[in-house]
Order: sequence, then structure tokens, then C-alpha cells
Amino acid sequence: MKNIWNFFTGTIVLVSKGSKAYYCWVITLLVLMGIGASAYIYQLNEGLIVTNMRDQVSWGFYISNFTFMVGVAAAAVLLVIPAYVYGWGPIKEFAVLGELLAVSAIVMCMLFVTVDLGHPERFWHLIPKIGLLNFPQSLLAWDVVVLNTYLVLNLTISIYILYSLYYKREPKHNFYTPLVLLSIPSAISIHTVTAFLYNGLGARPFWNSSILVPRFLASAFCSGPAFMLLIFLLVRRYTKFRIKDEAIQKIAEIMAYAMFINLLLLGAELFKEYYTDTVHLDSFKYLLQGLHGHSALVPWIWTAMIFNVTAFFLFLIPATRRNNTTLVIGCILVFIGVYIEKGMGLVIPGFIPDTLHEIYEYSPSGTELLLAMGIWATGLFVYTMLLRVAIPILNGDFHVADDGVGSFIGDEVFFSTQDSEEGTVVEEKVVVSH
Amino acid sequence: MSEIKNNSYDQHRSRRKFLKGMAAGIGLIALPGNEASASIWEEFFQKHFRELSKDELKGVITRLEKDYSKKYGKQVTVKTTPPIEGVRYGYALDISRCIGCRRCVYACVKENNQSRDPQIHWIRVLQLDKEKGVDLSHAEQYYNPEKVPEKGHFYMPVQCQQCEKPPCTKVCPVQATWKENDGIVVVDYNWCIGCRYCMAACPYGARHFNFGKPSIPASEVNPVTHYLGNRPRPKGVVEKCTFCVQRTREQPGRYPACEEICPVGARKFGNLLDPESEIRYLMEKKRVFILKEDLNTQPKFFYFYAT
Repeated sequence: MKNIWNFFTGTIVLVSKGSKAYYCWVITLLVLMGIGASAYIYQLNEGLIVTNMRDQVSWGFYISNFTFMVGVAAAAVLLVIPAYVYGWGPIKEFAVLGELLAVSAIVMCMLFVTVDLGHPERFWHLIPKIGLLNFPQSLLAWDVVVLNTYLVLNLTISIYILYSLYYKREPKHNFYTPLVLLSIPSAISIHTVTAFLYNGLGARPFWNSSILVPRFLASAFCSGPAFMLLIFLLVRRYTKFRIKDEAIQKIAEIMAYAMFINLLLLGAELFKEYYTDTVHLDSFKYLLQGLHGHSALVPWIWTAMIFNVTAFFLFLIPATRRNNTTLVIGCILVFIGVYIEKGMGLVIPGFIPDTLHEIYEYSPSGTELLLAMGIWATGLFVYTMLLRVAIPILNGDFHVADDGVGSFIGDEVFFSTQDSEEGTVVEEKVVVSH
Repeated sequence: MSEIKNNSYDQHRSRRKFLKGMAAGIGLIALPGNEASASIWEEFFQKHFRELSKDELKGVITRLEKDYSKKYGKQVTVKTTPPIEGVRYGYALDISRCIGCRRCVYACVKENNQSRDPQIHWIRVLQLDKEKGVDLSHAEQYYNPEKVPEKGHFYMPVQCQQCEKPPCTKVCPVQATWKENDGIVVVDYNWCIGCRYCMAACPYGARHFNFGKPSIPASEVNPVTHYLGNRPRPKGVVEKCTFCVQRTREQPGRYPACEEICPVGARKFGNLLDPESEIRYLMEKKRVFILKEDLNTQPKFFYFYAT
């Protein structure tokens, strides 16, 4: 117990230290979180009427973001499989960063669902035994179970590994390997269940298509790694942490395959709908061409299509994949492309036209945008804090001091705007005593 | 169908104990002797309607009646009348008679204490083209001529179809909505978490959400209410047509408000299990259809052509 307490207080001291850039970043996030929180208080007082959701389009921006973030969370498994199952060194060195990303993404998922509830204070109705979780009938109940399982697994694995390294112990293989292996089907399950949630509704032909699950998985394996790559490139550039080129290349290669499958499945769906040309085509028409003069999503979805196809070629061609600039461009394109396609592009056309063929055009209200921004800031804040602890531990810059009680902190800067590739950052060694 | 699992007695007790403990713990934080805050905590820890013991239910009803009566300045009663044995309600609507006057819509609003601002309507009347027949993709809900019916059009009111296989109850993550033994799908407004998954699942647009705080002028509140039906709702929960459970379950019962008001007698209501009932006669003798039959929701709301 004493050790855990010392580790905990050590991390608190650690996260409070950093360069000016680090402080600016954290304070910016805190301000955005504050804005999001006040938007939420406003929404709690007035009700969800301050959003632009209505009976016709009963889920909107929050659930779109939730769906997208589940994909990002699931994608961490792309690091876990090569690292732990195949024992591939270059990725194993930083697989824990992927697990921490999953943790942050799940936190965002939970926040996005919570702010969408009419009665968030009744959350306890979802707790089995205490409330009345409708398991296994309701797919939303399944989602509650798998998301929490995935969160707990990733937290346990990453904290255990970091904690062991902090105390200069080799993490016990017997303990974490079973958990890691369990986290693989668990990652697949969070995305499968989230897809089923939409998929199982006969009332909504747009979602009621059997390839929805593979489409979800394929796009998740594009967007998640894209986000991870962007972060790893930033981490590599501005912190002392080193990530090998071959690891980054491998992830980019997987993304090219995933994007190909994603585009193929989308094409298959479009063929079926347009060729058969039934009344069920309406939602696709609304999304891609506009329906009866309503076309709010059209420019967005075509932007997404162009971005996705461009990124596919950037990742496919070895020369552009190896070039850092085009790689970054590709990642940004994929991230935005999938965010549109698997966010609003997936959720909103399910409701347009509605079940009685009414068209209510939806776009998020100011409150929805501010609140969503606050949740994104919260996710980034959580991830920043986790990285602030994890990276120094992995670098050997944060571990128990020689007296076995205090902490040794060898990285007081965390990130610096100077190019750290040259190793120009002056290291100050500080021992914090408790 | 989702059924509440029969918890063993022990489990039940431990949950109750846990909740009581939590209530006591958090209750201490609330101002002592403040009646309003006590009521808030009671509401927060209220159990699912079907898990309440007789005494607990009595307490809940007393609290609700007190709160509503105070709020609207008149005596409001909240019934909990259970389904009648041997009854399964069915509804039939004569498309050849309906003139699209929307009297049913507003009678329903009044009877069932629907919010006036923002407006909630449990019944929506579709205006369809005679040329195209029952084709929802040409439906118009916001028709507004001087006089109805209009030439070349016919009308199709849509409300909860009280499905035998309701997709909405299946998806509810907390079992806040379920089908009663008389076939009526109800919502426990004190248990609903407001996730709106049921609204995504309903193929008939029959479920409505209180996006804003519902408001009803006190003078217009219908004081005769049922817990699972027309009692005033809080914001942030889903509501729907219950075939006027507060009327139809009484003995002697009354017809649903929409049936009663219809000026052309297009609406028929009765017990599907009674071979002598009007509704059974219609089903046997008339050309009857149900909405979105291919989805296999098995509605107990039938459309027919009498002429």
C-alpha cells in the first residue's frame, strides 16, 4: 500500500512539472473543459431542447462522436497484436501508449453518452443488481458491459506495466499476458457491439445492413492508427521518447489495407442500394446527393470520400508512406475523413427521412459544439496526463529513488518546442522526497 | 420480449439495503427537515415500478399526488390500475371515413397531459394521395387547408401500434418500457434514463421525448391520471400513446379519448379476445391491413376500409 501511495504522489509531482509549452497546453485544455462544463450545466437546466435534436432526429452530434471514438479506442489493438502476440520489438516498446490512448478514448465515449442522456443522474439504473440492466436483450446494455471491460483491462495492463517499471521490476509475464490476450477480442467486441446497436434496428434500413460490422472495424483500423501516428510523430519530435521508423511504417501499411477494405465495403453497399433502387435508397440519396432539396451532409461526405481515397494512395505508395510530410498529411486526411463518415455520416442519415418519411434537417447547435469541444479537451487532457507519466517511465526518467521511497525525476520539461532529436534538452536530475 | 428476471429474495433484499444505506448516507447531506429535498432524494432512489412492494408503491403514489396537486393547484390522482384478466386491446381505424380533422390529436393532448410548449403530439395524421395509395414516402404531416378533407387526398392517423413484438422494449437498456398483459406498451417515467434508443427502434415514430421542460396550463391539466399513462412527465424522458390506460382499464371502462372525439366514427376500439366485440367483427368482415407488416412487429392497431 505504501508503495502505491508513493507512486501516486510521485506522479502528482511529476505532472505538475513541465516546460512553458506544456503548461500552456494544459491550461488551454482546462479552459476548454471549463467552457464545455458550463455548456453542460446550461443543457442540464434547460433540457436537451438546447441541442438541435428532435423526435425525428433523436440522436445527433454526441452519439456521432461516441461512435467515432469507439473506433479510436478499438484501434489500440493494432499495436497490441504485433507487440504481444508476435513479440515484435519496435512496437512493443511503446504499445503501452496505445493502451493509454484506448483508456482516454473510452473516457470520451462514456462522457459523450452521458451528456446525451435525458436523466444522467439515473445512471445507476444501468448497474446490474442495483439497477435493472436489460442484459442480454438490449445492445446498449452489451455496450455498457464491453466498454467497461475494455476500460478496466487497458487500465490494469498499462498501470501494472508502468508501476512495475517505476519500481525497476520486470513486469510479470504470467500476470499481464492473459489480460493482453483478453484485450484483443475485447477491442473487437466494443466495435462490433456498437455496430450491432445500429445494425439491429429493422426500423432504420440505412443501418440494417449486414456489412455494417466489418465496415465499422475497417474504418476503425484507419482512424485509430491515424490518430496514434500523429501523436507518436509529435511525441517523437517534441519529447525525449524515441519511436523507430519501421514501427511507424508498419502501422501506415496496416492503414492502407484497412482503408482498402473500408472503401470496398462502402462500394458494395452503394452498389446494392443504387442498383436495386428501392425506397430504402432515400437515406443514401440524402447523404450523397440530397433529398427533396435537403442536402446538409452532401459537401461533408464528399470531402470525406476525397480525403479517404487520397489517403489510401498516400499510404499505398511506398515513397509517400516513407516520407514524413506526406505521412502526416495522409493521417490528417484519414482522421477527418473517417470522423465525418463514421460520425455524422453514419448516424444522421439513419434518421433522414424518419420512419414516417418526414425530413428534418439536423446540424449541431452551439451548445452541442461547445460541449463536444469540452469532451475532446477532456480526452486530450487525460491522455496528456497519462503520457506525462508513461513517457518518462519508459525513458527511465521517472522511477523510484535510491532510498526506495522518494521518486527520481529526470525529465522536468516533458515537451519542448526545441527539436529534441539532437538531444539538446538539458537534463536536470531532481529527487523528490516524501 | 424482455421480462424482468425474478431476483431471488436475498438479492432483492441486499439491493434494498444498499439503496437504503445510500439514501440515508446522501440524505444526511441534504438539509434536514427540508421537505422538498427529501422528496428529491426519494425520487432519486425510487425503484423500478414493477419492483416496488405494495407499501413502497403507496408511498410513491402519495408523493406524486402531493407534488402534482401542489404544482397545479388542484387535486390530482394517480392510479395504478393493473390490466384486466382476459383482455387484449385492439384498435381499428377506418381509412375510408377519416377526414383528417385532427380532433383526435388535440383530444389526446388534453386527455393525456401532453406538453403544450414545446408541443408533443402522440397522434400524427398523414395526408396521402389517393393516386398513390398508402405510400409513406409521399406523406404530408403539416397540411393546413381551410377545410378538410381535400380532394384527391385521404388521411391516415398514426400513433403507437402497441406491437405484439415491440422493438422499442427490446432495446431499452434499463427495462424502463415494457408490454403489459393487456398488450399495452408502457413507460415508467421515473425509471427512463432518456437515452432515446427506443425512438431509434420504433418503426412508427410513436415515441416522443421531452426535450424541454413540459408545460401545461394548470387549468387544462387532466387530474385523473395513471402512473403508467397520462400523469405529468418530467423533462428528459420518453412518452407514448397507452390507449388511454387511465380510461380503458377501469370497470366500467371508457373509450380512449381519440376514439370518443372522432366526428365520423372512423375509430374503433375493443377487446381482441372477445369474439363478440366490434373489433373482432371488423377484423373478420373488412379489408384490414397493418403498417409495415414486413417488419414483423405485429401491431394491434389495424387499418381498414369499411366502404
